[in-house]
Amino acid sequence: MSLLRDKTAQVWIWASVLLLPLLIVLFLIMQGNQSADSIARFGWGFLLGTTWDPVHQIFGGLPFLFGTVVTSLFSLVAAGVIGLGAAVFLTFYSRGRVRSSLGVLIELLAAIPSVVYGLWGLYVMVPWLQGVGEPFLARNFGFLPFFRGASLGVGYLAGGLILSIMILPTITAMARDVLLAVPREIHEGALAIGATKFEVIRVISLPFARSGIIGALMLGFGRAVSETIAVTMVIGNRPQISSSMFAPGYTLASVIANEFTEATYQLYISALNEIGLVLLLLTALFYGVARLLVWRSTRGVGM
Amino acid sequence: MDAERKPALRLSRLIWNHAFTGLTGLLLMLAVLPLFLVFGYVIYKGLPGLNLQFFTLPTTPTGIPGGMSNAIVGSLEIVGVASLISIPLGIGAGIFMSEIRAGWFKSFARFLTDVLSGVPSIVVGLLAYAIVVKPMGGFSGISGSVALAILMIPVIARATDQALQQVPVSIREGGWAVGARQAQVWLRIVLPTAIGGVVTGFLLAFSRVLGETAPLLFTAFGNQFWATNMMQPVAAVPLQIFEYALSPYSDWQQEAWTGSLVLVIIALIINLITRLWVAKKR
Repeated sequence: MSLLRDKTAQVWIWASVLLLPLLIVLFLIMQGNQSADSIARFGWGFLLGTTWDPVHQIFGGLPFLFGTVVTSLFSLVAAGVIGLGAAVFLTFYSRGRVRSSLGVLIELLAAIPSVVYGLWGLYVMVPWLQGVGEPFLARNFGFLPFFRGASLGVGYLAGGLILSIMILPTITAMARDVLLAVPREIHEGALAIGATKFEVIRVISLPFARSGIIGALMLGFGRAVSETIAVTMVIGNRPQISSSMFAPGYTLASVIANEFTEATYQLYISALNEIGLVLLLLTALFYGVARLLVWRSTRGVGM
Repeated sequence: MDAERKPALRLSRLIWNHAFTGLTGLLLMLAVLPLFLVFGYVIYKGLPGLNLQFFTLPTTPTGIPGGMSNAIVGSLEIVGVASLISIPLGIGAGIFMSEIRAGWFKSFARFLTDVLSGVPSIVVGLLAYAIVVKPMGGFSGISGSVALAILMIPVIARATDQALQQVPVSIREGGWAVGARQAQVWLRIVLPTAIGGVVTGFLLAFSRVLGETAPLLFTAFGNQFWATNMMQPVAAVPLQIFEYALSPYSDWQQEAWTGSLVLVIIALIINLITRLWVAKKR
């Protein structure tokens, strides 16, 4: 009896762990399979096509790829600078209760559901951008091609901003953990020979934690790429490529969210699945590399 | 000449030092600011609609007093079934990664867990559509549960793995010494010792998928009516918020804010409980 139960438990545990590679394979096979029609029809040209016209059965994915890359890069820069700064403050200029409670506040941002960010973005941030933020940018930085055109509120800038807020807790918390893992002795050594705190951080801590920080940034970027609902609600949903951050755009994830249930014929469904395949490969690549980097640096093996 | 330059150098170093401190402090304040903006607005806009009616009436056409009772029940149903699927699988995978000697496959399994947790939730929805909705011939609550379970498994597995690793080897050795079988050591000794961490992981996974919208769009699909049959389309709170938010009607928009407030409150409560739990253990 006990032997039987032991065997059952072994089977259960092996089955659960084998499900992990199975799921990954299933993702790849199903996405590949479902997008076969679109791949056969458009080939690599799908990634370069700029026209998305379901009525005439023409499908090009570039506007979505462009929108995803632009909004995600924007959020990576914004949340990267703010998150790293915040992580440095948490690690080196605060301690005890202050450090932990500030850390909790930032991590709570990660607990808010995506659709709530979307709602807030749509009814609070977008009107503000339309009335105040974008006119301000156009007045003062209108000589740049990024800040031209009508202030609609919805668009790349709104998408990028909402993503920045959403990936900020990921980057801050991970960068803080990586910085906290830098051995104290190295700081103290540098402080002892007369370096200021700023110099210690700049010359010792940040370079030491470099690969972990890069990993944290890549994880944040991966989250931005895969984020769906909040961006869908504020980006304007127009499949076009524009140099202006004010222009409405579209992302890979949001076109699937908006059009999948409305796709009426096989090629259309297949094209949306190919968008999903691109998204899957993009994020799997980023998460894989990012995890390896964070792993290596928090374990202190290799640099 | 050296003696003249030194004080100036020192001063600039001090200035840099203080400027940097100020800059990071400023960036920290910027990082915390969105929390207050979002929370503030959700409370301010959502609170006026928070009444008993919201929890007792189902969704209604605009103009007629309604609530989200069907969506609340639907959400609990979908997430409940997703938990039933993902808890045994997640904990099983976690036990494997922590307890079994498997060489490279162990690190590989951990790596796969991480990759799996990075799959965009909308792509998870596409998979659930392909493997459940299509064969079943229509949208259903159960397909939503499958999608959410796929999102929960890696979170629970990683939490279980980490919690079990905290258990000292001597405790396992105690079990082996009295002749316990492997499974008995895992299930009767190691898992109960680390149960706090496992439950924490589950609660975080639960709270995350409770607010998920994207994977439900073309699985559970949503339902305007009272529907508890998991083989049929089922309503969910995030789906309802999404639909109401994009509607032009002010009473629907009000309900979207109230629904958001409810989701945020639940997420915060779960988060704080798990934090207190973890803090108490240390």
